[in-house]
Amino acid sequence: MHHYSPLERVLRGVALTAIVIFFMFPIFWIVLMSLQTNETILRSPPSMVFEPTFSNYAAIIAGRLDSNVASMGIEFMNNLMNSIILSVGSVTVALILGVPAAYAFARHKFRGSEDIAFTLLSFRFAPPLLVLLPLTMYFQQIGLADTYLGLIWVYQLICLPLILWIVRGYFEDIPQDIEHAYRIAGHSWFATFRKIALPLAGPGIAAAALLAFIFAWNNFIFALVLASADKQPVTVGALAFVTASGIQYGQIAAAVVLSITPTLALALYAQRYLVEGLSLGAVKG
Amino acid sequence: MSGIQIKSLTKTYKSDAVLDDISLEVPEGKTLALFGPSGAGKTVLLRCIAGAVEPEAGQIILNGMDVSGLPPEERNLGMAFQNFALFPHMSAEENIASPLKARKSTRDQISTAVRRVTELLKIDHVLGHAPKELSNGQKQRTALARALIAEPDILLLDDPLRNVDAKLRFEMRLELPRLLSGRGATVIYVTQDYKEAMALGDTIAVLDGGHITQIGSPEDVYLRPANTAIASLFGDPVINLLDVVPERDESGIFVMLSDQKVHLNSGYDAAVGREAIIGLRPESLRFANEGIPVEIEAETPFNEKIVTLTQTKRGREIIVSRPAGTDAPSTGTACIAVEGTSAVLFDRKNGERIVPASDEKEQAA
Repeated sequence: MHHYSPLERVLRGVALTAIVIFFMFPIFWIVLMSLQTNETILRSPPSMVFEPTFSNYAAIIAGRLDSNVASMGIEFMNNLMNSIILSVGSVTVALILGVPAAYAFARHKFRGSEDIAFTLLSFRFAPPLLVLLPLTMYFQQIGLADTYLGLIWVYQLICLPLILWIVRGYFEDIPQDIEHAYRIAGHSWFATFRKIALPLAGPGIAAAALLAFIFAWNNFIFALVLASADKQPVTVGALAFVTASGIQYGQIAAAVVLSITPTLALALYAQRYLVEGLSLGAVKG
Repeated sequence: MSGIQIKSLTKTYKSDAVLDDISLEVPEGKTLALFGPSGAGKTVLLRCIAGAVEPEAGQIILNGMDVSGLPPEERNLGMAFQNFALFPHMSAEENIASPLKARKSTRDQISTAVRRVTELLKIDHVLGHAPKELSNGQKQRTALARALIAEPDILLLDDPLRNVDAKLRFEMRLELPRLLSGRGATVIYVTQDYKEAMALGDTIAVLDGGHITQIGSPEDVYLRPANTAIASLFGDPVINLLDVVPERDESGIFVMLSDQKVHLNSGYDAAVGREAIIGLRPESLRFANEGIPVEIEAETPFNEKIVTLTQTKRGREIIVSRPAGTDAPSTGTACIAVEGTSAVLFDRKNGERIVPASDEKEQAA
């Protein structure tokens, strides 16, 4: 164990605090904003002292946006539901397709396998705007525009390469002898995939799924172009807060807090799978 | 015919032949020690037999059945890996039981079998442990138990003692023959340790550079190595190899070492005048009042023997090994007596052993 001198300890504490404040401050500020009215947010100079109010949350959950000029309906809770459906749906599809594919790319080198894997990765390089126009036209022709199915399909451009490449690396890290040993013991390749490869790559699959979920959740441009009002996720739905009578900062802040909550909860939940060691000391290093 | 038969097996990676036209046979119930330096292709050969690696050409016949093209799970054999290859997310017990689970044994059958094999290997007290909680010796025994539990007819052991400490290796070397012979299994035992090969193998096959360079009994390989490479690999301290040219006069066939005649076996008639290498086992040499004069360079005492490095007048190094407790000079000059009849002779051009006429007769008979 390395022991730090008192000075070192103090400096480390200061540095850690500074980093945490730097990264957490925006979130902290948003939470504060979400508990204020537009008037207290916009007063000058800004102050930390205010009467907390849940009116923003109430307005969002009730779907009524009341400004000093007029009152209008918003679909934020609907947007939140859409975000959940789209993100969960596309990550699920990407896992079902991507994990077996990653295993195939990791374990079975066939002619052109590297090229196929790279092509899949290259989907992430393409500028989304370039793809969107032709995609929109095709989707309208085949009736996939403005459907969950169509959006989940397009979201595979985001999720599938990510899951494929991360999980492939984890599969490759499993010593092949472990899988050989299981097969020699008399198990089929499918049993080996299920009982050996999947559990051992578990932390990697969890990490990839979490990342893919965050990317899908944060996607804006695909949903903006391809989804109409009732299929829009929160990222697009937040545009509704920019109203003719001004920008509703308080409600935006409350919406932001509500929309980061699912990802945050998922990240906290997945954390314990992420830190689990991969190889667990099966093979002498 | 039972046992293991391998016919013209070839495996290449990229363009390198890792196994080049390998043929060998292990009779039922016998143990073949597959010996060779690292990178010789031993592990690849074992994997080909197990079905983990697909060879380009050749046949593998296990218990009379050609298994080429069969997946590993249908070959019905047991294998212990050099790196143990335990399933890290399962307990030692689940690891050991997994071949029986695959064979759909009942819970009772499994627990009886696990108890029997783990008591035999003295790991019954760590069954609940995860592999990472086991010592190397326990991991190795767990891997061995997993290979043995289904009582396969064919057992492949890939240097199972490589990663365990010296004491346990010594114990296991004594225990293994009992374990293996008790089951009537046909065994291929891969090792890099010549002592292990000699202790465990009914037959030794030496694999070097993808070729089998010698197959024979342990005694054969030790006393009549097929070439200088095998001679150097077997034996500790390593055999003395000295360049010589055999000559003949009225007293017989001899070589000159430091102006001293060393007489050879009379069968080496054909070697006369050829550039050759003489192989002298350090333990066949001894210090004497007369013989080859040498300068003593260094002396290394081991527990049971003392190894002395000496140098002849022409600067050739000769190693002499003698049992501990025997008296000999440890510094200065001395003389070495050479028993020429126990020497082996190799061709200097290709390193192949020159077979004396008497041996040829022996082999023909």
